[in-house]
Amino acid sequence: MEKSRKKAALWLLVIPYIGLLWPPLYNMREPALFGFPFFYWYQLLWVPITATLTFIAYRSTRHDD
Amino acid sequence: MTTDIDGTALAVFLFFFALVTVLGFVASRWRKPETLAHIDEWGLGGRSFGTWITWFLVGGDFYTAYTVIAVPALVYTVGAYGFFALPYTIVVYPFVFMVMPILWKRARDFGYVTAGDVVHGQYGSRGLELAVAATGVIATMPYIALQLVGMTAVLKALGLHGELPLAIAFIVLALYTYSAGLRAPALIAFVKDIMIYIVVIAAVALIPSKLGGYANVFASADAAFQAKGKGDLLLAGNQYVAYATLAFGSALAAFMYPHTLTGIFASNSGKTIRKNAVLLPAYTLLLGLLALLGYMGHAAGLKLESANDVVPALFKTLFSGWFSGFAFAAIAIGALVPAAVMSIGAANLFTRNFWKAYVDPNVSDAGEAKVAKLTSLVVKVGALLVIIFLPTQFALDLQLLGGIWILQTLPALVFGLYTNWFRAPSLLAGWFVGFIGGTFLVWDAGWKPLHLISLGGEPFTIYTGLLALAANIAVAVAVNAIVPARTPARA
Repeated sequence: MEKSRKKAALWLLVIPYIGLLWPPLYNMREPALFGFPFFYWYQLLWVPITATLTFIAYRSTRHDD
Repeated sequence: MTTDIDGTALAVFLFFFALVTVLGFVASRWRKPETLAHIDEWGLGGRSFGTWITWFLVGGDFYTAYTVIAVPALVYTVGAYGFFALPYTIVVYPFVFMVMPILWKRARDFGYVTAGDVVHGQYGSRGLELAVAATGVIATMPYIALQLVGMTAVLKALGLHGELPLAIAFIVLALYTYSAGLRAPALIAFVKDIMIYIVVIAAVALIPSKLGGYANVFASADAAFQAKGKGDLLLAGNQYVAYATLAFGSALAAFMYPHTLTGIFASNSGKTIRKNAVLLPAYTLLLGLLALLGYMGHAAGLKLESANDVVPALFKTLFSGWFSGFAFAAIAIGALVPAAVMSIGAANLFTRNFWKAYVDPNVSDAGEAKVAKLTSLVVKVGALLVIIFLPTQFALDLQLLGGIWILQTLPALVFGLYTNWFRAPSLLAGWFVGFIGGTFLVWDAGWKPLHLISLGGEPFTIYTGLLALAANIAVAVAVNAIVPARTPARA
């Protein structure tokens, strides 16, 4: 049970690939934010999202090395 | 842009340059080991770097001076398409998190220093080891040369023309790398990265207010692209595949390079590497904001001879003398860290996988360190000569090919961490097809890393490196499945 949850956390790391490697998903101007077209702030937003997902994976990894 | 010498800017620049030079030489006494006459100490800093040192070192080494100059330049010229560097440097970290701790452990347990060592240890094949090591060296050489291109751009903006200032900077770098090894760039990286953070944060906070806000920055860039008829704030439909495959392929290639691997092998634990996969994206945020300087160049109405001048020209136009001197110093020092680590990585490869393998198998630890130190000098002088005597375009084309070449070492280096199924001849065949095929496709496209594909519908382009990698893997799998093993696979 515990182990499968930890394995599941690693699957979180697939999410950034889906969010970023399919450009039609975000190739648009609107909605703009602080003057940034969507294309730009969407991709910039993935930096903290990916760091957070990686942190969750980090928390659920056993560091025996 | 004017290129008269600004006294204040030059003084600030020289101050910081002198500071890191002193640090570079002091580094040989920093975290002093019993002896530096061992390749583990000279070439990997004793495999002792913790979270912070690794963060500064890998950050300073992966986000190079060339990046600081070239990414905004590309965005300035083509718009949205140049932004692929952002998804690239995001999706690289989940990969680092999953793969690099395993690779690090393999290297630490068996005392491997290079990718070539890992491959030789896994497959016992000198041929595959040589292929991986040689690919690493030739992919890195033009990369070092490009750091000099980044440096030239800021020296030019400071009014320092000609090759002499560049040569002096590089020779100083070569000398302290020779004496302190990886400790020199690791120590300098602290100064360099903090300076770059200050510069970029100041730039993205202050410049837009001088140019009427971000909305106006984007609008001016849009207008400039419309007027020019080239470039766009968004991707065109036929650029989707190129954008995504460039990002993905570059991310897979990034940590196959000797300089990034050196940073990984030099860290003290798998945990340090995982923690860095969480923390290193801070640099990516910086890179994304930096890329926008390309658009600010349009908003500021800069008239440029070369797109590579956009960042220096922007600082020079909008900032006071002392701060532009500070910014230029940050970029120039930013060239020194990766150039040092790259030359160390290439030197380690030459020493371990060529000198030790073919010339002197019984070389002592001290002898190994000696060979690596001398090689690092030769590599840097070579890069300097390339930049001085050959057209810059030559280094650019080679670096582009370098990315495709280094990606072809991924199956040999990474697959063995997970499975013992593959054998050396199949991986070597795959590498050969990927390397030669990729090179041919790039040449065929007029030295462009994109390959045109039309599957009935509208034609689109795809990153050649990824295409070559697919062929590489397909050949490796096919050969491995068809050709029977002569000897039982090594456990």
